[in-house]
Amino acid sequence: MPMPASEIERLIRASIPDAEVTIRDLAGDGDHYAARVVSPSFAGLSRIRQHQAVYAALGGRVGGELHALQLETAVPNTETISD
Amino acid sequence: MTDATKRIDDIVKQNDIVLFMKGTALFPQCGFSSRAIAILDRLGAKYETVDVLQDQEVRAGIKDYSDWPTIPQLYVKGEFVGGSDIMMEMFESGELQQLVGAEA
Repeated sequence: MPMPASEIERLIRASIPDAEVTIRDLAGDGDHYAARVVSPSFAGLSRIRQHQAVYAALGGRVGGELHALQLETAVPNTETISD
Repeated sequence: MTDATKRIDDIVKQNDIVLFMKGTALFPQCGFSSRAIAILDRLGAKYETVDVLQDQEVRAGIKDYSDWPTIPQLYVKGEFVGGSDIMMEMFESGELQQLVGAEA
């Protein structure tokens, strides 16, 4: 079931408001995407937890409605983040 | 613990490196599983695979077991490591070599 990139971005932002989201449609079929999500909220979380946060934002669509989402997560690379 | 969860738990605990995947190491049935196998082969690691397409209970159960919605899933020494994206990141940074290399 294809899903527009804008909807993926919207869902991620709804749950991780400070996220910087970049989506690429890998196959042009609306079903295979790569997403890069950068958020200060990922600081201190393991990669698994960061990815799980994105999967949670997408509310169970990954692996179902959304067949393939190649995912990359990161914490913004700045010195200004305080803890 | 359901029957499937118990079986998954046994597999994870009895194998130092195990990949739950679609298809087999020789014939992966999905690009992500294929990528995971390519990484493990590059590492020269000795690993086991479980073809979830042959077992619907395991296919469904593994997603709850790790709270992870996709396959493949790599486990090293009983710990969930991640899917193929995380494997690739860890491979590129050298972390995966360390994790697996500490084995022998």
